[in-house]
Amino acid sequence: MHDGDAAARLDEAEVGWIFRQEAGRSLAALISAFGDIDLAEDAVQEAFTVALHRWPGDGLPPNPGGWITTTAHNRAIDRLRRERRGRQLLGQMAVLAPGDDEPGMLQEVGLMQDERLRLIFTCCHPALSTQAQVALTLRLLGGLSTKEVARSFLVAEPTMARRLVRAKHKIKAAKIPYRVPEAHELADRLRPVLAVVYLVYNAGLSGPADPDLCAEAIRLARILAALMPDEPEVAGLLALLLLTESRRASRLAPDGSLVVLGEQDRTRWDRALITEGQAILRRCLRRNQPGPYQLQAAINAVHTDATTIQETDWSQIVALYDQLLAVAPTPVVALNRAIAIGELQGPAAALALVEELDLDSYYPYHATRADLLGRLGRHNEAATAYQRAAAMAPTDAERAFLRLGGRASRSPNR
Amino acid sequence: MAHYLLSVHSVEGEIREPMTDEERAQSHKQLGVLEQELKSAGAWVASGRLHDPATATVVRMAGDEVLTTDGPFVESKEHLGGFYIIQAEDLDAALGWASRVTEAIRTPIEVRPFAGFEA
Repeated sequence: MHDGDAAARLDEAEVGWIFRQEAGRSLAALISAFGDIDLAEDAVQEAFTVALHRWPGDGLPPNPGGWITTTAHNRAIDRLRRERRGRQLLGQMAVLAPGDDEPGMLQEVGLMQDERLRLIFTCCHPALSTQAQVALTLRLLGGLSTKEVARSFLVAEPTMARRLVRAKHKIKAAKIPYRVPEAHELADRLRPVLAVVYLVYNAGLSGPADPDLCAEAIRLARILAALMPDEPEVAGLLALLLLTESRRASRLAPDGSLVVLGEQDRTRWDRALITEGQAILRRCLRRNQPGPYQLQAAINAVHTDATTIQETDWSQIVALYDQLLAVAPTPVVALNRAIAIGELQGPAAALALVEELDLDSYYPYHATRADLLGRLGRHNEAATAYQRAAAMAPTDAERAFLRLGGRASRSPNR
Repeated sequence: MAHYLLSVHSVEGEIREPMTDEERAQSHKQLGVLEQELKSAGAWVASGRLHDPATATVVRMAGDEVLTTDGPFVESKEHLGGFYIIQAEDLDAALGWASRVTEAIRTPIEVRPFAGFEA
């Protein structure tokens, strides 16, 4: 592959793609080695410039990840040597001499994975706002550019750049540590990490197709699951994402409008993802420590088991929602439970539960009410509720769907 | 080591359940123990409790002269009631100490790093 023959030649796009796959670990390793995010980012960026220059002619190095880490590490040391303060820092930290340009340095896999894990706990530290947590995670662990992070959250690039600068400044000034929390704090500290990955996935579902945040979230969840094999909620999150992803393609009609669960073409569901998600779920449920992600994954697993909406085991789904409501007593969970009860006991029972909820600013609440009212023949009230839902819906697909009065729809697929 | 200011923020006229004598004694005891621990861990730098903001005086430059006026610098419902200056390995360690303080006095604590104290 690296002997420089024509078949191994890379173009710039390929270099960029391979680089992005590999650079996350290198960045984490450098942040950990130097304790300075900006220095690490600049060094990895410089290594990218070198790669663009060398890889197309020389071919891909045998270990691209190790090459990036070594090259960036050398660049960072060069820069520190040029700066007076940097020389002091180097003296204090006694950085390992990187030897020569040969890859081999800092490439022990276990070590580097550990560094990514440390970094994600830094990015998702509770002292940072959720917005900052998400942006840092995508930038530093996902390897997205500031522009891509900005685009994925529909904010202007300078706004996102300021948000990132502020967050990185806080990490440095307040000394937010790079470490994996100890066992007794892990439950608390894991919660924002999982929430960020889930947020990234959901932003991908309703956001622009590029960058593909759904794929990025799944990649992050896979890393976390590999690094924390004993945490059932981490596996639960991965299972939830895989099972949701299995249905993503069938969620949208060719014209971009939303297709509800009951009308989705189930032959388009991705069986490989379903099989993988269900297997992961079975393994983590065996630990008998159900949490919100495992339970949501289990609900999705029941859906993916049914070949038609009519065959869905709704009593099983209601039982799972009962459990979910016990561990995560939020009105949104109560709303989804009410929808499931509607499938089992009819729209009147569901509407009675829905009317008790205080969710006026949540558009799926109005969409659900509209659907239930319609099924009860209260068409005027249903129309009003559809209008309210459409006015609040975040994407064109959802607005269009709701303006049509949900067509022959049942509940939205959420 | 980094240095942090833990400031105790009180909200004037905030309706909190007043502490009973027993609770107050308990709180004082907890604070005393905590301060000892801070000192023996080498984390304590300074601490103090402040009188209410009505006792404050402000001096400022008016042209070339120093002007002295009554009252706190900012008229606000929230004010600084006291502080600790501590040194800690990182923010997590500082937050650990701050959690102990807020548990003892049931008042929010702001944790803020000092600039230029890097050792």
